Amino acid sequence: MANRINIKKGLQIPLLGAAEEIIKGTVKSEFVCICPEDFHGITPKLAVKVDDAVKAGTPLFYEKNHPDMLFASPVSGVVNAIERGEKRRILRIVIKTDSNEQYEDFGAKQVASLSGEEVKKSILNAGIWFLIKQRPYDVVASPDKGPRDIFVTGFDTAPLAASYDFLLKDKEADLQTGLDALAKLTTGKVYLSVSSKTTLKGLLDAKNVTISEFNGPHPAGNVGVQINHIKPVNRGETVWTLNAVDVAIIGRLFNKGITDLTRTVALTGSEVMQRGYYNMVIGTELKQIFEKNVTEGISLRYISGNPLTGRKIDGNGELRAYDSQVTVIPEGDDIHEAFGWASLSPKRYSAGATYLPFRKKFRLDARLMGGPRAIIVSNEYDKVFPMDIYPEQLIKAIIAFNIDKMEQLGIYEVAPEDFALCEFVDTSKLELQRIVRTGLDLLRKEME
Amino acid sequence: MKALRKYLDKIKPNFEEGGKLHWLHSTFDAFETFLFVPNSTSRSGVHIHDARDSKRTMTLVIVALIPALLMGMYNVGLQHYMALGLEVSLLTKFIYGFLAVLPQIVVSYVVGLGIEFIIAQIRKEEVAEGFLVTGILIPMIVPVDTPLWMIAVATAFAVIFAKEVFGGTGYNIFNVALITRAFLFFSYPSKMSGDQVWVRTADTFGMGKGTVIDGFSGATPLGQIATTGAGSFGEFTFQGITGQPLSISDMFFGFIPGSVGEVSTFAILLGAILLIMTGVGSWKTMLSVFLGGAVAVAVVNLFAQNAIMEMPAQYHFLLGGFAFGAVFMATDPVTSARTERGKWIYGFLIGLLAITIRVFNPGYPEGMMLAILFMNAFAPLIDFYVIDGNIKRRLKRATPSK
Repeated sequence: MANRINIKKGLQIPLLGAAEEIIKGTVKSEFVCICPEDFHGITPKLAVKVDDAVKAGTPLFYEKNHPDMLFASPVSGVVNAIERGEKRRILRIVIKTDSNEQYEDFGAKQVASLSGEEVKKSILNAGIWFLIKQRPYDVVASPDKGPRDIFVTGFDTAPLAASYDFLLKDKEADLQTGLDALAKLTTGKVYLSVSSKTTLKGLLDAKNVTISEFNGPHPAGNVGVQINHIKPVNRGETVWTLNAVDVAIIGRLFNKGITDLTRTVALTGSEVMQRGYYNMVIGTELKQIFEKNVTEGISLRYISGNPLTGRKIDGNGELRAYDSQVTVIPEGDDIHEAFGWASLSPKRYSAGATYLPFRKKFRLDARLMGGPRAIIVSNEYDKVFPMDIYPEQLIKAIIAFNIDKMEQLGIYEVAPEDFALCEFVDTSKLELQRIVRTGLDLLRKEME
Repeated sequence: MKALRKYLDKIKPNFEEGGKLHWLHSTFDAFETFLFVPNSTSRSGVHIHDARDSKRTMTLVIVALIPALLMGMYNVGLQHYMALGLEVSLLTKFIYGFLAVLPQIVVSYVVGLGIEFIIAQIRKEEVAEGFLVTGILIPMIVPVDTPLWMIAVATAFAVIFAKEVFGGTGYNIFNVALITRAFLFFSYPSKMSGDQVWVRTADTFGMGKGTVIDGFSGATPLGQIATTGAGSFGEFTFQGITGQPLSISDMFFGFIPGSVGEVSTFAILLGAILLIMTGVGSWKTMLSVFLGGAVAVAVVNLFAQNAIMEMPAQYHFLLGGFAFGAVFMATDPVTSARTERGKWIYGFLIGLLAITIRVFNPGYPEGMMLAILFMNAFAPLIDFYVIDGNIKRRLKRATPSK
């Protein structure tokens, strides 16, 4: 029987715009762009030049300190452009796609007959190692050292998030193969967390893993929260983290012998007219699914990911590497709302009770709804932070960059996404995720 | 509103970087954000935000204070006309009290906000809303006859030395309104305590002229019991300003001499309900102050030697600033303990100390102010030990028992 854990703290933001569970089609774009900045914690070194022909699975670049860690092209085609920014940092690698998809052949393999080292090599070589992240620091996992344990989250509780049951429906075999592969990578255990609401057999009956069942509001689906409840990360320990959708991509590599970075993506948000799911590879330009399908006449915010942790993109932006969700909400910069502090408007949403709950679902825009202040209200973060950590004190330690305090208060256990809800409810409108990200990066530099 | 928006958009460039009125940027921003919700959108992190901001929070505290303020104003008029032996309408009493208190509110806001605006301007920051609450608290906790210049001096002192030198709203160690009161208390004791300051007997803008009747005494109930010669509580009766006995209901609804905010426990209760329902004030702090008070009263009752030591808990809670302090002062999130467990300890000790000071210091029957200020200083220490528990747990986990 699975170990059942109830999460009480947290918040399910009642947003309008969940996706209908229908596959609306497959999206192919003329150009596909990969942004190395998506892969946090690596220094990219190019492996291709402009005009090079690539197949799906051909490395586009590799990690400077781990030349065997490759990053695959998701499509076959020709490298069209390499855009660089300040200090020649690589911003985007643009590939012009072929009409007929060709894959690098890595050969289908039986995971059971492989050693841990061989599994690791296969994943690195196929250019999809980036799907594995690590704590501490929340960066692409370092392949040098095996992790204490591997944690896989089997559901997403973020606002409007895609349903994993739906995403993984036909991929149960790949999921199991992926989990088997992960089990080879650690001397510890592979922990799979599933939602108490899931009905998918592939998750509920997964083999070779320790299953924990989680029940509760967001961020129950965050792997960091799950680790904190199952077996917290201590100083000096490393664990690897993934989500079940990415595990299935790894499984596909072993089952089919190809790098297939196709994701099923939920198109969500209050400003999308026809909401649903689309199949596409990472890096696909999204303008085709936005065109004539979003509210017109107001300025919009396009997000690759969910409204809490996603990345802001343009209307002609692309699907980012880790996302199974695209969201469109109003930008709100054209709204001038009078006397907001006295407002009784039913359109306003607050997690606390400072506004009357007139509605069930809300159409929220990207406004901060206030000015930045010092931290004033207490116990605000704690209410949406279901970990055995004092979030406010940790944030203050990070701002002061007091390494001892940060370690004592549990910096190694957290990722920026764990603070997303704190940032949402924050009366002082502080950029908590940015603060945590900066803190983790500085700490990593200091420690390594 | 549209015309106003257009006007603001027209003059806005003057206040932006490079504009000729840039030095007034914080002031412009304060007024603009007061009128309109800022339309700046998130640049990093979450794309959506909760509608609650600092302004909303402070507004709710002020709304919660309004019942106590109105009841207090009415009581100022009530006590005044009682002292004069005049029968007037309820409205007249209220208007008298309103006119007596209004100048104090104006002075406190003008001085405090003036300093806040200037300092925000110098720091090139947005004007924080903290003083909106402090500014209304100050007139509510000082005697109604406090001269305006004293309020001005004390407010300026408190805002500068208790808040801005620490970095402004959110960084202060002591409750700013209480520092204002403490400053007045120690600088001008003759105007802050005794029998002459709690009932306004002079006229206000020509209203309510007259002479005080014979037998008038402006002593507060707590002042009376602290100085009474009665050997036990049973022999003692609380008296109103004309010598009439005071009932528990007089004390509950606030028809007793005292400062504006503290007299009506009923109105304070209404405010407390709003603060707790909206989650702005911590019910844990409020409850634990009363728990601490109850424990202290129980102990002193047990070893009672005189009338005040015998006084039962309900009188302690209804009289003086106990309830007001518990609901509006102890819950100030910045100066209170910030951890949930810490709040229980913090509140409990405030209640305990307030009663202790009341009972054992007859020269100063009002212990709430000192108790809260004292615990303000200890709040970080309480938090330190609460958080240390978490740190120890983490350390223990990291070093497996071999």
